[in-house]
Amino acid sequence: MKIMGYRLPAMSSLILWGILWEIVGQAGVTFFIPPLSKVFVTLFEVIGTGSFQKALWDTAYAFFAGVFFSIVIGIPTGIMMGKNRLIDEMLLPWVNMFLSAPLTALVPVLMVLFGFGMKSIIITTTLFAIWIIILNTRAGVMQINRSMIEMARSFGASPMDAFFKIYFWAALPEILGGVRIGVIRAVKGVIIGQLLISIVGFGALFELYSSNFLMAHFWAVLIVLFALAFTISEVFAYLERRVAYYAAKR
Amino acid sequence: MSNRSLLLKLLSAAILFGAWEIAGRIPVSYAFPTFVESMQALARMFFDGSLFVAYGETLKPLVVGIAISAVLGIAIGLWIGLSSTFDWLFSPIFIVMQAAPLAALIPILVMAYGIGLTSKVFVVCIMAMPVIVLNTSGAVRNTPSSIKEMARSFLGTNWDVVFKIILPAASPVIFSGLRLGISAGFIGAILSELKITPTGVGDIITYSRSIADYPSMYAAIFSIIVLAVLFLNLLEKLEKTLFEGNYRGYASD
Amino acid sequence: MAMPQTETAFEAKVDNAVAVRGVSKNYGDVEALKDMSLEFPRGQLTSLLGPSGCGKTTLLKIIAGLLEPNSGEIEVNGKAVTGPGPDRAFVFQDFALLPWASVLRNVGFGLELRGVARSEREAIAEKYIKDVGLAGFEKSYPHELSGGMRQRVGLARALSVNAQVLLMDEPFSAVDEQTRRKFQEDLLNLVQNESKTFIFVTHSIEEAVYVSDQIAILLPRPSRVSEIIRPSGFRNKDAASIRRDPEYLDIVDEIWASLRSYVE
Repeated sequence: MKIMGYRLPAMSSLILWGILWEIVGQAGVTFFIPPLSKVFVTLFEVIGTGSFQKALWDTAYAFFAGVFFSIVIGIPTGIMMGKNRLIDEMLLPWVNMFLSAPLTALVPVLMVLFGFGMKSIIITTTLFAIWIIILNTRAGVMQINRSMIEMARSFGASPMDAFFKIYFWAALPEILGGVRIGVIRAVKGVIIGQLLISIVGFGALFELYSSNFLMAHFWAVLIVLFALAFTISEVFAYLERRVAYYAAKR
Repeated sequence: MSNRSLLLKLLSAAILFGAWEIAGRIPVSYAFPTFVESMQALARMFFDGSLFVAYGETLKPLVVGIAISAVLGIAIGLWIGLSSTFDWLFSPIFIVMQAAPLAALIPILVMAYGIGLTSKVFVVCIMAMPVIVLNTSGAVRNTPSSIKEMARSFLGTNWDVVFKIILPAASPVIFSGLRLGISAGFIGAILSELKITPTGVGDIITYSRSIADYPSMYAAIFSIIVLAVLFLNLLEKLEKTLFEGNYRGYASD
Repeated sequence: MAMPQTETAFEAKVDNAVAVRGVSKNYGDVEALKDMSLEFPRGQLTSLLGPSGCGKTTLLKIIAGLLEPNSGEIEVNGKAVTGPGPDRAFVFQDFALLPWASVLRNVGFGLELRGVARSEREAIAEKYIKDVGLAGFEKSYPHELSGGMRQRVGLARALSVNAQVLLMDEPFSAVDEQTRRKFQEDLLNLVQNESKTFIFVTHSIEEAVYVSDQIAILLPRPSRVSEIIRPSGFRNKDAASIRRDPEYLDIVDEIWASLRSYVE
């Protein structure tokens, strides 16, 4: 969109919405929406507090552990599926199924099996993220040009060399895309896990603030969480852009 | 070849259920029933009707929420795709909604709208709408300009271009957005039952867990997953038959 | 040797269906067309021939009303052009067919947009489907057809609306060589049998000399008409012997000699 010939940056309407939020908040339309300024003030107050730091640590720990496992298990699985037809035919229906199934329904099972603690939350996070990582990795491997594989063999590349010098880079754009989406899903997973399993971390803060009607605190924490999720996602988007120059021409 | 893939699917299902059965017998945990036990519980709930009553409850907010999300979502997505002003104004909202863990908002919604149907419908809507809107707007914006130009060269009006070119060209992506939205809505429906008030299937899960009737709990969860998967597969088949022309290439290949 | 004729001598003898006067078109800093003037005689096929970047497709789209010039005017049958109109029909380089519609619907699409009733437009479409040699494929979908067949659908669609001016944007560049040659022969017949005016964009010298009554050679940077050639000697020969006619070969060589230095 242009104003007087200047192109406005993509997410800049959020500034407008922010102003609207402030106005609605100041007008006291509903107590659920405090003024944005108050939310920011509260944000800076809250960030330093012990309870916030602990919540951040709990959540970050579960999140990073979950993402770690989903990458470490998901990428090799996706690669195997992309390269081996038998494995693919056996696993693909399940992967597709879990991708679209309401994973939330599995959380009670996890609670019952693994208890009410961090372990279950990490597993929930992993489950939310892993399927898309598997699918995208598989897609990345499957689209590797036949001639590139033949080229590697014709020059006598060892399997290690072939993997690290060719296949990995050839599939990287898709893999990065999958990890980026997986990371966003992992955030949802960790929060849903916290809300349902054991109220720790940010989930606990949300419960605490909402039940005590501390709306400014609630929105502050939500904004922090969202900013973190967005930053991590943008890191991956940046990496994707770095490989984009060759992505379209493989 | 399709026989082989069917065989492999059945084989992998057998392996999975077999593993479940074995794990239940070891038992992996006191809370892990065998596959057979769970299926028995499922059959019981099926035949005494309690399963249907429960689903009746659960599906109410889901169906209403999806219907609203689909209609509103596609309309908004269309508008965003067509108008760059609207795009600038509203895309960021939906992008934020897509990435944010909206589950955290559930307690707020409950406070605002109580524990009844309204808040559950709301939950389904906020989970389903962003992906529907973003898919629709993306597809509309990416309509190949060649056929839009063709329509204008043959004197198509703006209305013609929207309804005869843009919407048909965008329908596969819109439909896949609907599928993603429905599965997100499903998550919303279950979540609201587990969190807000136990009714329907969510109630079966929480209640049977509290009385340690694990076979019933697992049976209920199994039924949700099976239902969701069946429904989405059905949608995919519907999509394939409706949009046959679109699936085997593009006219400009 | 064909002699380029001056414009005034033209106007005196021939009635022009389309007239382009002083047209300029800029894309930001890039001048795609600068002060271009050209005339297209009625009932004949004029080619716009030139290397990439000479503005020939831009000019064609401006005549079609799909682009607006920054200055200058276009007249079709004496009336100024302000947008697409029923007097002009366009054939697209990448076919621009609706992938979800059958051949019958695609061919009738121009009529559909004009509000013609279904039974009528299907009847007209069927006639042109037969004319372009696609009888039997009415219910097929574009993805089931070869490139050559798809372009014939595009052609049938443009013919169905019965416009007096047919604009063709490198219509044969996306098909294989053999099909292309056949199309060129068919086009010659079409020009003979229909009383329409054809404006044909191509970058192939042989193609231009083969099919055209008049060739306008456009050069880039700045884009301008450098020559207008009217091949005359072999126009009435049958399709097969044109390619060996000495005049044909001479003209092709001449044009290549003058365009050679513009190859990037």
